[in-house]
Amino acid sequence: MKAIVNIHLKPGVLDPQGKAVHHALVQLGFKGVEDVRVGKQIILTLDDSLSIEEATKEVEQMCEKLLANTVIEDYTIKIEK
Amino acid sequence: MKVAIIRFPGTNCEFDTDYAFGRIGADRTIVWHKEESLPKDTDLVVLPGGFSYGDYLRSGAIARFSPIMKAIKEFGQKGGYVLGICNGFQILLESHMLPGAMMRNKNLHFISKFQYIKVLHTDNKFLSQTSEGEVLNIPIAHAEGNYFVKPDKLKKMYDNHQVILQYCDAQGNYDNPNGSVDAIAGICNENKNIFGLMPHPERACEKLLGSEDGIKMIKGFMH
Repeated sequence: MKAIVNIHLKPGVLDPQGKAVHHALVQLGFKGVEDVRVGKQIILTLDDSLSIEEATKEVEQMCEKLLANTVIEDYTIKIEK
Repeated sequence: MKVAIIRFPGTNCEFDTDYAFGRIGADRTIVWHKEESLPKDTDLVVLPGGFSYGDYLRSGAIARFSPIMKAIKEFGQKGGYVLGICNGFQILLESHMLPGAMMRNKNLHFISKFQYIKVLHTDNKFLSQTSEGEVLNIPIAHAEGNYFVKPDKLKKMYDNHQVILQYCDAQGNYDNPNGSVDAIAGICNENKNIFGLMPHPERACEKLLGSEDGIKMIKGFMH
């Protein structure tokens, strides 16, 4: 079973990396891009014996404790059996 | 004064810090992060600069779980003095021993240069030997020094004199090298016994290095 964790800066928190990428895209001629936010993805391989509910709870705790800094970051979790 | 300087894998300022505190006559011990207790009669814990755990995930995010951190947290809760410099500051933020968080510098550059900083408050031990409004010249060297804290929390920090250092130019006017909210360079906790700053006082501890202002700062702990 895999857990896919996406972490990104909270809306409203300035994302300098996103800004730089946006700037580069516009320079390359991609005019339709309104905004870019850069995040990170962490893929965890989990023990298959856990139920999806249990796994979600477990990964939520991992995010709160270590994977995300909830002062500035939000996270989403997707579990794939 | 007995100073415990904590070394994590990737710390690289422990010897400079040791040297600087040696210059003000403190007893120093470098403590490996796997230790579970601090040396007996420690007066001050310093988390020095560097790149603990290679800055993986987020600066300071993994060092926070090192065995010694539990002892440091307890030490701080009991009123013991803790100083985090640069990566040490980041570790204190990740440990929630200080409020707020660090983000990448606004211009995405690793900034390494001398930077003027202004003393906002001296009613704390760390800056007790400096004067209010004094401009100090101290090196900075970081990629993640863009300090962020929620506005309501920031207001409380101002009211309680917890915002203690601000980036500025040579005349003390506003200057912001990294995008920090209100150009904040250093803060302390509510009880004023835990301090964090991005500039490196230990790198400004004798004339040969370009500035002695760092000595003025750390000397506060001797008083």
